[in-house]
Amino acid sequence: MDIFIQQLINGLVLGSIYALVALGYTMVYGILELINFAHGEVTMIGAMVALAVIGALLGASPELPGLMVVLAGVLVAVPACMALAFVIEKVAYRPLRKAPRLAPLITAIGVSIILQNAAMLIWGRGYISFPAILPQGRHDILGASVTDLQIAIVGLSILCMLGLVFLVERTRLGRAMRATAQSREVAELMGVNVNTVISATFVIGAALAAVAGVMVSAYYGLAHYYMGFLLGLKAFSAAVLGGIGNIAGAVLGGMLLGIIEALGAGYIGDLTGGFLGSHYQDVFAFMVLILVLVFRPSGLLGERVANRA
Amino acid sequence: MPTALDWLRRRPLLAYALLAALLIALPFLVGAGLGRGWVRVLDFVLLYVMLAIGLNIVVGYAGLLDLGYIAFYALGAYLFAWLASPHFGLHLPFWLVLPIGATLAGIFGALLGAPTLRLRGDYLAIVTLGFGEIIRIFMNNLNAPVNITNGPQGINLIDPIRLGDFSLASPVSLFGLQFHQPHLYYYLFLALTLATVFVALRLQDSRIGRAWAAIREDEVAAAAMGIDTRNIKLLAFAMGAAFGGLAGGLFASFQGFISPESFNLMESIMILCMIVLGGMGNIPGVVVGAVLLTVLPEALRHLGDWQRAVLGHVAVDPNDLRMLLFGLAMVVMMLYRPAGLLPSRQRQREFAAEDGVAEQEQASLYDSKA
Repeated sequence: MDIFIQQLINGLVLGSIYALVALGYTMVYGILELINFAHGEVTMIGAMVALAVIGALLGASPELPGLMVVLAGVLVAVPACMALAFVIEKVAYRPLRKAPRLAPLITAIGVSIILQNAAMLIWGRGYISFPAILPQGRHDILGASVTDLQIAIVGLSILCMLGLVFLVERTRLGRAMRATAQSREVAELMGVNVNTVISATFVIGAALAAVAGVMVSAYYGLAHYYMGFLLGLKAFSAAVLGGIGNIAGAVLGGMLLGIIEALGAGYIGDLTGGFLGSHYQDVFAFMVLILVLVFRPSGLLGERVANRA
Repeated sequence: MPTALDWLRRRPLLAYALLAALLIALPFLVGAGLGRGWVRVLDFVLLYVMLAIGLNIVVGYAGLLDLGYIAFYALGAYLFAWLASPHFGLHLPFWLVLPIGATLAGIFGALLGAPTLRLRGDYLAIVTLGFGEIIRIFMNNLNAPVNITNGPQGINLIDPIRLGDFSLASPVSLFGLQFHQPHLYYYLFLALTLATVFVALRLQDSRIGRAWAAIREDEVAAAAMGIDTRNIKLLAFAMGAAFGGLAGGLFASFQGFISPESFNLMESIMILCMIVLGGMGNIPGVVVGAVLLTVLPEALRHLGDWQRAVLGHVAVDPNDLRMLLFGLAMVVMMLYRPAGLLPSRQRQREFAAEDGVAEQEQASLYDSKA
């Protein structure tokens, strides 16, 4: 039982990170029906920029409080990623808006190769470790041990999600985004500046991704130029699991995927009598994804689309 | 030049003869001009052309976005390794192993296709992607408790292709020319690539090919016209996968060694890029895409030499810069030719059409919002 709760909590932490990245995928998909393959790399850049800032600050004055240093890293990483996403959309996606739909997919892959290798050129091939400057308190909850960092990650993610919901549901920009998602032409006729809305969608997604990137590197204590690929893949799977294009779906999908993975890693050995080890946790996650999609072809919360929309 | 091309166009037999002579002499021209290593690159070019043509059946003809195609390549390669290497002590002849590999991959293709028939577009993409990852993870981990795949170390000492006493791995001297292993495999791959090109071209114009195109453009209308969409889609999966399995077996015997490393998701994505970049659904385009995306990263390995020639020293490590420029090239090519380098005639027309018509024409499953 202890293991169960422990893994559930680990899964929840991992899941909230997935959810934050998945939101970026799902918002862009909701408006443009484009799989923004470079989104995982934006997350990676967020982590890298934050780590660079943290390293520079610690180098300048090592006695600064850790929490402030990390906060400064996030405050630089977020606008950096927003600017990056703005440029990516403008250069790689906007010219192809009328092109066949696989064309922007290819530029997205190209952009993600560029970002990966640029990061490798700038920050090197090795792992960059996250300095141990954050408070390291442990708490005992129902027999499971939870760190301050885990609580902070879940709390901050929920805060970001609430902020996003407020933005989408309650502001002018949010209304414009929903209108554009429903029909770009009609939104344009109603005076919505569609290009601004699309740029804003990318930029908001990138801000969430930057936060998630810092969280991941703090959680695992590492960052690497290749980390965005698998993270992006998982997050995209999460978005699809929940029903892509649906904001609540991305959160649900992210949480579910995180929990499934953690529980899978914890129990797969027992379930199969030691035949399959914990390195099969990804198989487990993908199996669930495939099963869900086979029985609910448009994801858990996805709308049932008629055969031809 | 255009006049010479026109002149050739009116003499198709001569053009084909010239092309054949060029293809036959190519490994020697390349070997003499660029070095022996490039003959191996040529072999890989041909393997990727086969793979791209196989995936083109699924994506280009039938319009089903498949991101796990490399799994079938892996299946073919591992089957060859199991049946023709010291790993299990089996040494079956290639003419038995290759068809078994292609058939098995085809069966797996249909098995994967069956549960995904209801899915469309991006949901299908993610399921195929998951399938590809599952296969790779299994290959990486199935070394315990029973050693089936030898885990991340991969399988070694795979038999070369051999007929009687004649083996493609040992050099042959003929007409005063030395045929080394890459040369010999080149001719085998060339023959099989030409065969796949031929099959793919004939399939495209066949009843099945037209059924695929109908499903791609409008599945409901296709079903209404009496096309058995389920079986025809499964057939696309199975046929594409069989080509992949064949190429995988060839890869295993050519390389003599396989490991899960060679079959990651990036490979699937690269093959998809070859198709889209070259011109989806159009065989010459697919071939051009495969050649370009295989040769480009190899050519970029020489960045160090170029830097030395221009700057006098190596400013940036060529290995670091190589993929960066590759990504850049992909983006730029796509921005300038959104329909691919050599789009099929039909898609060219769709692009040239008036705006309103174009939008309607492009509204098919894979080329716009489905």
